[in-house]
Amino acid sequence: MSYFEFLAEYFPKLAGGAWVTVLQLICSALLAAALSVFFGILRLSRSRVVNGIALVYIEFFRGTSLLVQLFWIYYVLPLFGFTLSSFEAGFVALGLNFGAYGAEIVRGAIQSVPKAQWEATIALNMSPALRMRRIILPQAFPILIPPAANLTVELLKATALVAFITVLDLMFVAKQINATTWLSVQTFGTALIIYYVLARFALTPFLRWLEFLAARKMGRA
Amino acid sequence: MEWRWDFTFEILPRMLWATGNTLLAAAVGYLIAVVMGLVFLLAQRTKFAAVNLVTREIVEFIRSTPLIVQLFFVYFVAPQFGIVLSAWTAAMLTIGLHFGTYLSEVYRGGLEAVPRGQWEACRALNIGPARAWSRIILPQALPASLPGMGNYLVGIFKDTPMLSTIGVVELMHTANALGAETYRYLEPYTMVGFIFLIISLPTAAALRKLEAFVARSMGIQK
Repeated sequence: MSYFEFLAEYFPKLAGGAWVTVLQLICSALLAAALSVFFGILRLSRSRVVNGIALVYIEFFRGTSLLVQLFWIYYVLPLFGFTLSSFEAGFVALGLNFGAYGAEIVRGAIQSVPKAQWEATIALNMSPALRMRRIILPQAFPILIPPAANLTVELLKATALVAFITVLDLMFVAKQINATTWLSVQTFGTALIIYYVLARFALTPFLRWLEFLAARKMGRA
Repeated sequence: MEWRWDFTFEILPRMLWATGNTLLAAAVGYLIAVVMGLVFLLAQRTKFAAVNLVTREIVEFIRSTPLIVQLFFVYFVAPQFGIVLSAWTAAMLTIGLHFGTYLSEVYRGGLEAVPRGQWEACRALNIGPARAWSRIILPQALPASLPGMGNYLVGIFKDTPMLSTIGVVELMHTANALGAETYRYLEPYTMVGFIFLIISLPTAAALRKLEAFVARSMGIQK
């Protein structure tokens, strides 16, 4: 079987898997972004309890393996009467894991906003919520975008692991085709190329565009 | 479902034995990656522009694709060419290549952290290339590279559960096997999580200490 025949027969299946990968990426990225901002701000709290809660979340999810977390959420959580579909378990585990890494990025970005900005908001008698929303976060945003973009590429690569809790993503489809045809070079080679194209020619330009938007917004402000 | 302590202690010896395999895989994988990182770094700094460009693209490709797919690629592809790789060999090779590309970036960052003036001073003082590297450049590049190198040591350790998917008998593989034998998944999976936590957190803390110590002994104040 030539490579073109292989592509004609199996590319639609692989593309279907790639679509599930993209959906996993979008869902988990949104969840991770929300968790990052939430726990990143909690980490700045002066209350020891609040700070501690965020610290436990971050260290727990950064200290263990993503694959272990996936298996735990998919196979162990139902034993406690909490059943998630494989797709849900996949993006929830990814979101929780990457939210922990993202929280540290958010914390670092907020802390790198110059101190005088904080002092000015206090001098102007702004409420803490208004200060965050109008002054600090808009300035933290352009700082956090480059590391967050790197993390998003890592997230795309990490989605391949959801195949092992039976999400029908690109990796799962590739494994399936490999098991029936044993054309490993073609199958996994094509999968690698699809991941590469997604990372380099779809996700990276999109993230660069976000970076550009954030920088332009700052320039105007 | 109830947590059963008697079962926990029953499987503990097997889990600990598997932890040894996990640590071994992480250590060997890291050593290969440290060397491969150097190879990738040097192959991008040769006199031949074509070699540099091709290496650059290979590094980019390996960095932008998932480790798990590469693992399957190496493990299943080699037999098609008549080379039979054991799961361990394929795993170590893949981890070495994958993290080697990351480490080459870490090294590059470390080298770039050494100001240009240091090179110029070496030339002005008539210090030869070997001596310049060993006495001036590397001692300054090392503290800058250490945080990244430490992060990837912990990173490799945390990625070893992936090796279970091609049949390397490490912690995750053992937990799966125990679950299949006893139909109890709660204890094995939870123990895997905790074993990872109690190894990776102190390791990360120790690495921070090491970085501070190296920076101090090189006379660089943090």
